[in-house]
Amino acid sequence: MLDLSLTQMAQGLAERKFSSLELTQTFLQRIQTVNPQLNAFITVTEQQALEAAKAADAQLAAGQAGPLTGIPIAHKDLFCTEGIKTSCASKMLDNFIAPYDATVVANLNKAGAVSLGKTNLDEFAMGSSSESSFYGSVKNPWATQAVAGGSSGGSAAAVAARLVPAATGSDTGGSIRQPAAFCGITGLKPTYGRVSRWGMVAYASSMDQAGPMARSAEDCALMLQQMAGFDSKDSTSIEQAVPDYLSQLGDSLQGVTLGIPKEYFADDLNPQTAERIHAAIKQLEKLGASVKEISLPLTRMAIPAYYVISPAEASSNLSRFDGVRYGYRCENPVDLEDLYKRSRSEAFGDEVKRRILIGTYALSEGFYDAYYNKAQQIRRLIAEDFQAAFQSVDLIIAPTTPNPAYDLGSKLTDPIQMYLDDIYTLGVNLAGLPAISVPAGLVNQRPVGMQLIGNHFSEAKLLNAAHQFQQATDHHLQKPALI
Amino acid sequence: MKLNVEELHKVAHLARLSIHPKDEESYSQALSNILNLVDEMQTIDTQGVKPMTHPMDAFQRLRADEVTESDQRDHLQKIAPAIEDGLYLVPRVVE
Amino acid sequence: MQWEAVIGLEIHTQLATKTKIFSGSSTAFGAEPNSQASIIDLAMPGTLPVLNKQALEMAIQFGLAINSEIPKITTFDRKNYFYPDLPKGYQTTQMEAPIVGRGYLDIALETGGTKRVTVHHAHLEEDAGKSLHEDFHGMTGVDLNRAGTPLIEIVTEPEMSSAKEAVAFLKSIHSIITYLGISDGNMAEGSMRCDANVSVRPKGQEKLGNRCEIKNVNSFRFVEKAINYEIQRQIEILEDGGRIAQQTRLYDPDLDETRAMRSKEDANDYRYFPCPDLLPLEVDPAFVQKLKDELPELPEQKRQRFTEQLGLSEYDAGVLSSSRPLADYFDKVVELCKDAQLASNWISGELAAQLNRDGIEITQAEVTPEQFAGILIRLKDDTLSNGAAKKVFAALWAKEGQTADEIIEAKGLKQVTDTGAIEALVDEVLAKNTPQVEQYRAAEPDKRGKMVGFFVGQIMRASKGTANPKAVNELLAKKLDG
Repeated sequence: MLDLSLTQMAQGLAERKFSSLELTQTFLQRIQTVNPQLNAFITVTEQQALEAAKAADAQLAAGQAGPLTGIPIAHKDLFCTEGIKTSCASKMLDNFIAPYDATVVANLNKAGAVSLGKTNLDEFAMGSSSESSFYGSVKNPWATQAVAGGSSGGSAAAVAARLVPAATGSDTGGSIRQPAAFCGITGLKPTYGRVSRWGMVAYASSMDQAGPMARSAEDCALMLQQMAGFDSKDSTSIEQAVPDYLSQLGDSLQGVTLGIPKEYFADDLNPQTAERIHAAIKQLEKLGASVKEISLPLTRMAIPAYYVISPAEASSNLSRFDGVRYGYRCENPVDLEDLYKRSRSEAFGDEVKRRILIGTYALSEGFYDAYYNKAQQIRRLIAEDFQAAFQSVDLIIAPTTPNPAYDLGSKLTDPIQMYLDDIYTLGVNLAGLPAISVPAGLVNQRPVGMQLIGNHFSEAKLLNAAHQFQQATDHHLQKPALI
Repeated sequence: MKLNVEELHKVAHLARLSIHPKDEESYSQALSNILNLVDEMQTIDTQGVKPMTHPMDAFQRLRADEVTESDQRDHLQKIAPAIEDGLYLVPRVVE
Repeated sequence: MQWEAVIGLEIHTQLATKTKIFSGSSTAFGAEPNSQASIIDLAMPGTLPVLNKQALEMAIQFGLAINSEIPKITTFDRKNYFYPDLPKGYQTTQMEAPIVGRGYLDIALETGGTKRVTVHHAHLEEDAGKSLHEDFHGMTGVDLNRAGTPLIEIVTEPEMSSAKEAVAFLKSIHSIITYLGISDGNMAEGSMRCDANVSVRPKGQEKLGNRCEIKNVNSFRFVEKAINYEIQRQIEILEDGGRIAQQTRLYDPDLDETRAMRSKEDANDYRYFPCPDLLPLEVDPAFVQKLKDELPELPEQKRQRFTEQLGLSEYDAGVLSSSRPLADYFDKVVELCKDAQLASNWISGELAAQLNRDGIEITQAEVTPEQFAGILIRLKDDTLSNGAAKKVFAALWAKEGQTADEIIEAKGLKQVTDTGAIEALVDEVLAKNTPQVEQYRAAEPDKRGKMVGFFVGQIMRASKGTANPKAVNELLAKKLDG
């Protein structure tokens, strides 16, 4: 049952081969036995899950099933879930019981999904290894001494290890795609504005975007279908109809042009990773796609631009955590400044503090032009480069990361090393583009992710290409040693 | 670009964070490294380029002036660290 | 040395929307603490702002009323600072591209003439909550009901040179926003607040002196006093050879002085940047045009119409156009009684005095414009004497009747215009006062004018005030001068 796809689960439920309660219990059991090795979950909501499963069974029996009725999922612990702790993996929100549901959560509830709990992440989604969590690091199911990637490392590890068939993630600079790559699953970062940000705790508002993480493109399509859509509560959400993603999965890749950006295959790239990606490109050509080399000359500049803009926005977004209305408050503050400084310093971890400080600095008097403004100018140039590329290609194909998952702790002392590894994912967020990471094989028994990048609102095309690739390959069916 | 300890504390104060003396060196080193990394931007000529604040070329939507929220005070103050008579309590504010 | 004050104002006005600028919470005044603070107003993690269309409309209306450019694109910025009444740790405001561009207002000077004051810009922003300093075991209580109430902040150029000018400007703004109905302008409740930037410099010097900002002064009178105090304080320091420290000061009305604020003192670096949660806002020129077409007649236009079309003096027109309810009252009375000067005299006289005695506003007047016009109509057609008209007004105010005619009837206040009856009275009075008649006739013609008053008084008393004074005068003249 653990290996079924979402479609197969829905079918099994509809045909009464098994109940949602059985399915839910199976996954809860799996979480109980395997999660201690992975630390993928912060909160498991067993009682609520069992009740939801029973309700789902009643709906199924009454013939009132929605698209995901009875199917277990999990949410990254930065989506607000009413009545359930929403921690953002921070001591700051360790006691925070969200008073409302995120739109993504509400949408998936409405579709009938059964939430099993909240997954681990980098504190406030700031990181690429899920090591900065207040609740400890997430371990990679393929090698528990390796990182799961981040920031949606808990969701990625949980899906890869069959603790749950699908989960939500969020991607500000690669936080869906990179852990998906590291854990050998499929993860889609939609166009900015495609999925509502309401209730998703903000890191960098102009880049944050929620998306699905699952084992296949088809499962991602099913999830995205329910997650996406206009939301009047998020004024940056886009008022545009959601296409039927499933119906386009089977389209042929004949006539599709893939761009290979030479800067994504330069010296930074691990040669073995490069081999896997080149093999994947060959496979796509076999399926009818044509390829073309392109140039995205400012690729490297995405790193400095991102690491100015995201901390700048974060420094402001995280000012609300002040110990006054919710969250952590220090003991016996002597005055207001003490309340602020101790509450924040005691409850935020090092990486969050570093980013708040850098962001504050970049916005401060005398530095705004040289840092924040400059970064936003470079952002435009990067976005224009992508648009120029999409004049001649339909999709861009590239590795998701330069290297497979590294060992836990190996980059903790030097944040710069971790930042540099984000080189292939950041540009997409700066430009608001959709992109998907798809398993493309293993290097030293650790997964490699292939990234497809599309123009705004091309999710259907991305899912189609990824699905066609997965129909012809079995990388996404490989299981970690743990299983 | 090197961020010295004095600048570190100035920025930390703006962000209402305190840096313990034993951490001063590591923070100032880490932040200086990040600043060095982001200083790579200065090699790019951006003269006349309009800063891009939002990734989508879209305009803001508005809402009608209609009351949609009801009194949720008791519910919302369950998670508050310190309240009295419906008010959030903070150390005395002097003007 | 001769000193010159330079004053600029920053006026915050709450907009009279039903809901907050970025959330659907009610803005009603006086609710239980924090009962109107939703998850958005409390800055719960994950919440997002959506702009209230009405707030935008009101800001544009204001801009149009002060002759401002309304830009095609307006944007929102964040102003970052920590304070307990500011839940997000930043205020969403407008700096880069405010909704109201450069504009101006002409204010009437006491010395006569007008002065043009430039409005640098006006922008939309959110109000903060309130800190209550009553003692909660040495703590301060925070009420966030007000947090997120829409404000426009109106920023002038430093172009005013006296407290009186500043107050005149403030009053003009007050009358515009209340005319437009975009704010109640209530300074006591804090829906209109004023910060004044004050500096002084030697007369004739170009360069501005160091300025002090006086925060949150809550009445016209206090604005005037605070600025005057501050000008004097600065002059004294400068004359003693001192330097003005640039700082934020609070006005204390009890002591009538300003003092430096203790908090918010450290040089703030607000780290303004474009709000990533709010996309640029496109302002449709057709929408602006529509608002322009629908703009009500404004105080300045009313004042002009009152002088040019109704023939009122500048002074009377100024008084009557100062508030919209007063002007509307006046317009209604004129429409019914067809005599603008008479209406003006009576509204500025009898009605204003009564409102003053009762300490109420024109909107609370006990006599309706229709009733009021009824009195003036009877005054004009000689049914009422001036004195009788006042009696009718008092009776209507006391709700002794529904219309002027009803009161006149009931109290027998109809003026006697019948010459026969008046002639009989005149004869009677002259007969009773033969010595005075003789004195009169013996007097020089230029002294007689005064003496005739004696007879008029006697006759009016005899008629219990109902005799038409004009007829009395005519008959007297005929009989005495005969």
